[in-house]
Amino acid sequence: MNLWTGLVGSIVEAWGELRVHRTRVLLSLIGVGVAVAALTVVVAGGAIATQVQIEQSERWGGRPATYQLNAYSMETGESAPASRISPVVEAAAERYGIRYWSRMTGDSLRVQLSDGVYHVSVQVVDQPYAAIHRTRLLHGSWFTERDAARLAPAVIISSDLWARIGSPDLRTHPTLEVVTPERTVVVVVTGVIESPPETEGGDLTAFMLTDPFAAAGLATTPSDQLFTQFEFWLPPEVADELSARLSAEVAGALGEGWFADVYRSDYLAYSGEDPFLVQKLAIGGVAVLVLLLGALGLVNIALVTVRHRIREIGIRRSFGATAGRVFFSVMMESVVATAVAGAVGVLIAVALVKNPWVTEWLDAYLQDVPPFPVDAAVIGLAAATGVGALAGLLPALVAVRVKVIDALRL
Amino acid sequence: MSFLRLEQVTRSVDLPDGSRLEILRGVDLEVAVGDHVSIVGRSGSGKSTLLNILGLIDTPTSGTLEFDGIPLERLRMGARDRRRGRDVGFIFQQFNLLPRRTALENVMTPLLYAPGRQFWRRERLATEMLERVGLGARLHSTPDQLSGGEQQRVAIARALVRGPRLILADEPTGALDVETGARVMTLLDEVAEATGAALITITHDPNIAAMARRHFRLDAGVLTELGQPVLAGPPAAPSAEAAL
Ligand SMILES: Nc1ncnc2c1ncn2[C@@H]1O[C@H](COP(=O)(O)OP(=O)(O)OP(=O)(O)O)[C@@H](O)[C@H]1O
Ligand SMILES: [Mg+2]
Repeated sequence: MNLWTGLVGSIVEAWGELRVHRTRVLLSLIGVGVAVAALTVVVAGGAIATQVQIEQSERWGGRPATYQLNAYSMETGESAPASRISPVVEAAAERYGIRYWSRMTGDSLRVQLSDGVYHVSVQVVDQPYAAIHRTRLLHGSWFTERDAARLAPAVIISSDLWARIGSPDLRTHPTLEVVTPERTVVVVVTGVIESPPETEGGDLTAFMLTDPFAAAGLATTPSDQLFTQFEFWLPPEVADELSARLSAEVAGALGEGWFADVYRSDYLAYSGEDPFLVQKLAIGGVAVLVLLLGALGLVNIALVTVRHRIREIGIRRSFGATAGRVFFSVMMESVVATAVAGAVGVLIAVALVKNPWVTEWLDAYLQDVPPFPVDAAVIGLAAATGVGALAGLLPALVAVRVKVIDALRL
Repeated sequence: MSFLRLEQVTRSVDLPDGSRLEILRGVDLEVAVGDHVSIVGRSGSGKSTLLNILGLIDTPTSGTLEFDGIPLERLRMGARDRRRGRDVGFIFQQFNLLPRRTALENVMTPLLYAPGRQFWRRERLATEMLERVGLGARLHSTPDQLSGGEQQRVAIARALVRGPRLILADEPTGALDVETGARVMTLLDEVAEATGAALITITHDPNIAAMARRHFRLDAGVLTELGQPVLAGPPAAPSAEAAL
């Protein structure tokens, strides 16, 4: 009964305090809320910026851990024909359970456009290539396994090339005519990828799958004379060992006079450390600074008002408030208030980071949008509550320590 | 039965210049339940200090104090706080109202620390008490909106609202005109009478002092009981009536 009225009394009292000092409370809490929101947004923004850079690097060099394999003749330095390497790689991939690997051959197509025949450089790859490089399509979709069996080979073209043929709707199955010395081959456009912005109409490039490309007789030279690179996306933990074995097996299969070279190409290739570490540390530093500033504001306000609060504590104690009771009220008031402010800050951060405009924009740029930084939100909330406790601790401790008469004299 | 018993109580403070200031010297005092005591004395003679000691706000430097039959040292801090809340009603010389809280909130404050019924009925009790001191129309005014006399009456209402057994009034009529002062003193007297509380009043006003049954004078920290109310000058009307 006494405990109950004591508890309710404390809440009534703390609520009254918050009401009376609403300007001060609001000011300090805005600081806390903004700090937590800023912390969370900075961390989220940092993660997004880092992810943008990572995905860009990955589009170029593949996702960690991506390895490139070539085989050369030791005498002439000429590369081994793909037809000799492919079966070895295929068997090894099967054995080691490597799902993502692709051949990569560069060639060119002579494509009939309305104003003449143009050279289009073509990357001849296997289906998993897009997963390894996070290839994004503006329209249509990446090759599927079924594309290998199409009558007319499928082609994915750059947006510049697509614009040259009048940006047709892919649902109408637009085609291109590829001119070869023997005949004209019709290929179906099934996807469009974005051309780099600085090419201004000149980026005439395309992707095709290896087998349909060969079957249609599109290679400009016998395909065994083309330089073919093999690419593997391996689990980073076993990548070193696995890539070494792959190259050993390929070299072994080719026999005397050949050697296989394997190297890592993704953005983590050169340093064991995270290349974005500095960036992440900088973001973390800014976040901590923001939080510290918020905390400082709160503690500052607490210090400025402590004198005046101690006097009020003295008055309350002369009317029967025990030190413990005042301690509890003061702590509850500041902890609950800052926790609420922190929660509001997190909500603001969620509203900023997860609103439809931002997410739509992010979806256009990123494949893997980083999750909302729950850890940053939790840290911010905990830090805010801690700072609230700290700011409340001063008057609360005074309430416990000081003699009533001294409190009244202040 | 004595509610308060002081024996050879002294209170001294160390001044910044290293010297020692003896505020109270060897004070003996017994106050029984229902007593009405007045203390007069010049400014700086230690009246407020004595009152603070009686109300467990301050502690003697030496000597013994028994509160409700319990020696002070046997009361730990929390117990002292609770007893103070339950048994003592303070009317401070400087009012000590909580700024920015309404009269009602100020008067409700002691009830926040009361158990059970008093806590739950705090708004009713506080309103009634403010009505009794004539502030029924100013419940929601904050101290800065009240005159000095009105603030003093809020302080009085706050002191009485828990029905204390010991009312300590430090110049309770200092800010009031003669008529209001007399009314407020009558109220204090009535409440003390009705609840059987002991009332200790510090005052400069001989007429107010005359309302008490026992009279003390504090002189440079030395407390002496006066046999009869000593009135300066010709007897004033109220005391003449009282003498009849
Ligand atoms: N904590 C303290 N430190 C220094 N001096 C003190 C302290 N407390 C009281 N005094 C001094 O003790 C003396 C008595 O103070 P007190 O407030 O009890 O006087 P008082 O009789 O109530 O005077 P008044 O009628 O003016 O209110 C004063 O000279 C005061 O300056
Ligand atoms: Mg005084």
